[in-house]
Amino acid sequence: MDKAIKRYFPIFVLPTLLAFTMGFIAPFLVGVWLSFCKFTTINDATFIGFSNYTKILTDGTFVHALWYTSLFTIVSVIFINFFAFAIALLLTRKIKGTNLFRTVFFMPNLIGGIILGYVWSLLLNGILLQVERTLTYSSVYGFWGLVILMCWQQIGYMMIIYIAGIQNVPGDLVEAAKIDGATNWQILKNVTLPMVMPSITICTFLTLTNSFKLFDQNLALTNGEPSNMSELLALNIFSTFYGRAGWEGVGQAKAVVFFILVGIIAVTQNVLTRRKEIEQ
Amino acid sequence: MGKKNAAQNMAMTIFFSLLSILWLCPIALVVLNSFKKKAYISRRPFAIPTDKMFVGLENYINGIEKTGFFEAFGWTLFITIGSVFIIILCTSMCAWYIVRVKNTFTSIFYYLCLFSMIVPFQMVMFPLSKIVNMLKLNTPWGLIIVYLGFGAGLSVFMFTGFVKSIPLEIEEAAMIDGCTPIHTFFDVVLPIMKPTCVTVAILQTMWIWNDYLLPYLNLDMKRFKTVSIAIQYLRGGYGSIDMGAMMGVLVLAIIPIIVFYLFCQKYIIEGVVAGAVKG
Repeated sequence: MDKAIKRYFPIFVLPTLLAFTMGFIAPFLVGVWLSFCKFTTINDATFIGFSNYTKILTDGTFVHALWYTSLFTIVSVIFINFFAFAIALLLTRKIKGTNLFRTVFFMPNLIGGIILGYVWSLLLNGILLQVERTLTYSSVYGFWGLVILMCWQQIGYMMIIYIAGIQNVPGDLVEAAKIDGATNWQILKNVTLPMVMPSITICTFLTLTNSFKLFDQNLALTNGEPSNMSELLALNIFSTFYGRAGWEGVGQAKAVVFFILVGIIAVTQNVLTRRKEIEQ
Repeated sequence: MGKKNAAQNMAMTIFFSLLSILWLCPIALVVLNSFKKKAYISRRPFAIPTDKMFVGLENYINGIEKTGFFEAFGWTLFITIGSVFIIILCTSMCAWYIVRVKNTFTSIFYYLCLFSMIVPFQMVMFPLSKIVNMLKLNTPWGLIIVYLGFGAGLSVFMFTGFVKSIPLEIEEAAMIDGCTPIHTFFDVVLPIMKPTCVTVAILQTMWIWNDYLLPYLNLDMKRFKTVSIAIQYLRGGYGSIDMGAMMGVLVLAIIPIIVFYLFCQKYIIEGVVAGAVKG
């Protein structure tokens, strides 16, 4: 059977392979190479070794964006997962109207980042108007604005995943704990939480990478104002590329560093939670 | 005990009702402001539009004219539907081949797909836009191919996960009956893969419909726009925004999404859960 299928390689694999090569493999390899070059387009690239990378360190905006992004990621991962889990717990208790609530909470997720950014800039600027400030007054406002926006967008999505996880906890397990005289808190801590560990893994992974790679919302909400202080890493890379002439190489080097950071997060998170799941 | 529970449930229902209303506030606020005069939107965003502030549909007309909204909407629809269709067709075929024909090449390809899932777009955006320009793919038709390339990783991964669970006997029976691999795939394998197709379609639609950076960098914007680009376009060169037009366009962009969501809610939520479990 293998052989029969094998001859059909051009029909089954070739289209995807060609597009994948053009859309991912080639740009990725060119990207790595360009990070060691000085260039404005691909054709005029000249090799200059590691100097793009050393320039990153002296560029204050990147270091600032790195801290800002890390802090933002930690805060939003905690907030989103805490509230999503709490709502999921309550909504699995057969409350009237559960379906409607679920529908409402999930809805913002389908709206694109650019739209969300402008929707929230209207609302948050309106609130800040009461104290005669705007979102771009300081990077602290931009920070919490982004956190609130991300909570609004992502809580529904994570809630759905948590609900699916909680519903998979076998009922007799909870029953047995109740008969043994466990309090609600003990059931949550010793039965539900360990049983939904896979959902927690998925949700932390999704929120981690979503927050760390956030771009559209950042662009629409504050555009990095005031003076690049509310810039997340992705936006910092973008504005280095397209906002500063002669810095294309540094932008590409930043992108490589960014990729390595995302890779490290993805791999560590996977290894750590895998280990936890096996222990059960 | 029963009474106490009922009271508790009632309290919960009220609490969540309030929270739901709060949840919808940002959108309601945009709708409210879309009927106000420009000057009042940023100065008095929470006021109910009175006679003096009310402008009727002016903001909508203005926004549509400034951004070419309907054209942008049409292109976004075209790109999304085209890409999702092509992605499902090509990657499902590809995934089946990868699982059924095991050699070094297919396993390398599989691992490259996994790898591509953790690479952020910023890593490839500059070279990709140059390659796209060189190959003259900077049209909506070309963009479909770009999406197939950049979206292949996740889809191939999800389809291979499913194909591995299909028992080989079914396909072998079809082949012994004289089916070519193409017939076997389309008549036997693809129908079994339907649930995964729906999941992939939903995840890709959510991504492609809302994507901003990829079309922004790769489309020839003098001729084509997408909805996200049209909205961002309203932020003028110096950061000044025509708030009236913005509100109108935001409402126009949000309404179709909500309508679509209300109709396909069940599939979307199931798709998200299924996608998360495999991803």
